[in-house]
Amino acid sequence: MAHSAAETHAPTHHYTTTGLDSRKVGIWMFIGSECMLFASLISTYLIYKGKNVVGPLPHEAWTNPQTGETFKAILNIPVTSISTFVLLMSSFAMVMALAAVENRRRPKPANPGFWQRVEGSSRLWLFMTCLMGATFLGFQAFEFTSFVHEGLTIRRNLFGSSFFTLTGFHGAHVTAGVIWLGTLLAIDMKRGLQPKDAVWVDIAALYWHFVDVVWIAIFTLVYLIR
Amino acid sequence: MAHEHAGHDNPDHTHEHPTWKQYRWVALILTVITALEVWAYYMPTLVASPFFVPLLLIMSAAKFIIVVAFYMHLKYDHRLFRALFTGPLAIAMVTLISLLFLLAKTGAEMRA
Repeated sequence: MAHSAAETHAPTHHYTTTGLDSRKVGIWMFIGSECMLFASLISTYLIYKGKNVVGPLPHEAWTNPQTGETFKAILNIPVTSISTFVLLMSSFAMVMALAAVENRRRPKPANPGFWQRVEGSSRLWLFMTCLMGATFLGFQAFEFTSFVHEGLTIRRNLFGSSFFTLTGFHGAHVTAGVIWLGTLLAIDMKRGLQPKDAVWVDIAALYWHFVDVVWIAIFTLVYLIR
Repeated sequence: MAHEHAGHDNPDHTHEHPTWKQYRWVALILTVITALEVWAYYMPTLVASPFFVPLLLIMSAAKFIIVVAFYMHLKYDHRLFRALFTGPLAIAMVTLISLLFLLAKTGAEMRA
């Protein structure tokens, strides 16, 4: 029996035998595997913590006994605190973007107020999320550059190796997230995200929040605990 | 526009998601906890005390749980999603703690 064009191009639902959307099952499985990846990187950092033979060191100054050269404590807590705040707020912007897309199914009031229009603008919130993600990456680029100028490279000591590997992997995940959200923003600008697209935004949001929770752990374990 | 946040029309969402107002409260709580963490870092008496590390770990865990429960909607979503996240997370945590115990012991033996 021939199918009509409407039937052929009807939106497909990706439900599994559990009744759950396979895309969401997939992203949660991916996030589960990412937990193990970051746990291995954090374990490596913690195992090597305090076993440096040479400086610079994260929380205390170090003087080279052979040359007399002094390296100050390398971590810049005020700058990292700001970047942490920016990433946390990007998660807030992300949930607002998702809420804006999901709420398009609801009837709109005749004369929405300014804040109602702000809350309902997925473009604004997606843009804010991308912007804050890019700002976080800018902070990280600044931090990496200043560390290298102060003598800490990935080959310098155990702290440098484990720190750059851990935060570098996290930064790569943030970069992927910014690109992903930028793609969603481009789609929203082109044709507008509809409630049927909400699951795609939800999946991107889950990834973004995961990147945020990983940073919550890194900020405490690497930057704050001495 | 109603200040409600509806779930999708599919069985993934067994409950409604938080409202925008709740999201703002969550953002405020996360900011306050982060500020407290940084404040604790700059308190020499607290840093020197044995409570410093447990306090930071508790605050970090609180932030982690809040984001996962409210922003990732795990509090509201299907329990299979919860299992898919907490299962690997538990394995990762056990592995991390085991490695720390194992290698800390090895390090102590090497120093002896």
